[in-house]
Amino acid sequence: MIKKTLELIGEYILLMKRVFTKPEKWSIFWKQYFVETESLGLTSVALIGIISIAIGAVLVIQTAYNIENPFIPKMYVGYMVRESLILEFSCTMVALILAGKVGSNISSDIGTMRLTEQIDAMEMMGINSANYLILPKVVAVCVFNPILMLFSFLVGILGGWLIVAATGMITLSQYTEGLRFAFNGYYIVYAVTKMIVFSFIIVTVSALYGYGPKANSMEVGRASTRSIVAICLLILITDLMLTQLMLN
Amino acid sequence: MIYVHNICKDFGDQQVLTDISVNFEEGKTNLIIGASGSGKTVLLKAIAGLHSIDSGRILYDDMVFNELEEKERKLIHKKMGMLFQGSALFDFATARENVRFPLDFFTDWSMAEKNDRVDFCLARVNLDDIGNKFPSELSGGMQKRVGIARAIVMNPRYLFCDEPNSGLDPQTAIVIDQLISEITHEYKMTTIINTHDMNSVMAIGEKVVFLFEGKKEWEGSRENILYSDNKPLNDFVFASQMARMIKESKS
Repeated sequence: MIKKTLELIGEYILLMKRVFTKPEKWSIFWKQYFVETESLGLTSVALIGIISIAIGAVLVIQTAYNIENPFIPKMYVGYMVRESLILEFSCTMVALILAGKVGSNISSDIGTMRLTEQIDAMEMMGINSANYLILPKVVAVCVFNPILMLFSFLVGILGGWLIVAATGMITLSQYTEGLRFAFNGYYIVYAVTKMIVFSFIIVTVSALYGYGPKANSMEVGRASTRSIVAICLLILITDLMLTQLMLN
Repeated sequence: MIYVHNICKDFGDQQVLTDISVNFEEGKTNLIIGASGSGKTVLLKAIAGLHSIDSGRILYDDMVFNELEEKERKLIHKKMGMLFQGSALFDFATARENVRFPLDFFTDWSMAEKNDRVDFCLARVNLDDIGNKFPSELSGGMQKRVGIARAIVMNPRYLFCDEPNSGLDPQTAIVIDQLISEITHEYKMTTIINTHDMNSVMAIGEKVVFLFEGKKEWEGSRENILYSDNKPLNDFVFASQMARMIKESKS
């Protein structure tokens, strides 16, 4: 187990050494960057939007239900929703969702290319396949996911607003007052930092599992599953470390 | 010219190649034949630099390929073309884009110049109208021809073909064989083909190397292959009923 883990870390370091080299041609890199932004970033917008709006609404209902004490102002519902979204849901939970969607996509795509010798074909041409295939994905996801995180935050707030407007469990002015109460801009920096780190983990770890040798299509599926498990664990561990580092 | 000298390769406990030395001649179609699992693909991929070797030397002209630095190996890779068993066309690109792929990376040509070269290569493999189709929309034979066009687009000096006829009907297989042979002579390339198809051996094999259980068992020309007294070779060559009947009728 320990030997396997150390081997995996070694493979990861060697792969990253090949990924983070100067691209053969910048024009090709930028072209791939936009392709990856569309396929890994833009296609996740709807999914994240739907989940965030629902979570925002549910947070309002649950928080309002739990604040029964008349001495606690109702505006705390908005405050709690904002803090929950920015501190944990829109970065960590969204990253875990993206680990499933983006991570499995990358791992299976690269794994299939390995299995069908497309990666060998690139190496034969003298192209650094790791750099060509992985670097644009890393940059695209690390740039786009923080935007996606801010989008998730805003849509979550909107979800809360909609449920407040629909049910009247608190007034809209109480909700907006709570959203504006004791706002700490540093939390945005904290959340964006976390999202960038999580995005890096999602792409590089899924690429590592996809890039390894494959004997058959079942191995591609297994590698994809293993990559998601590894990414989720790493995200949770990194979340603990970053929270300790940045909020204490 | 490519010369492999005493190369050995194992995967863990399994010895795949043992002490193989062969001289692959320039301007000729050199064939590596042998049963499945005899080490043909591993040998071809080792020569092409896709597998590392445990010992021995691989020489491209006078350069020891397996001892070169990454940058120098890359320069030799640019002189190579390879047709893979499953064609290995990029799923994300059309047939034209597949052929143009190395040009995009390694030339500063204008798009018009690149398109001219792509048209020329596609015409050379008798494919004129399929440029904008994706690999999944092409038949197996067409995919192989696009693969050949992509392999020759950079004017390589060395051409490697891994089972070029696998999965093809006999007529298409002949077309592919002839195409590879013609291109080899036209551009004076050193071509190494890995096959277990005896039709290919008899049609285009100018030099034949027979592998048996990871060792070089026999080496010679296609003319001599029928008259060899090497038992493993005879078992392989005359494995089919038709081949045995031809041998009996000749004898």
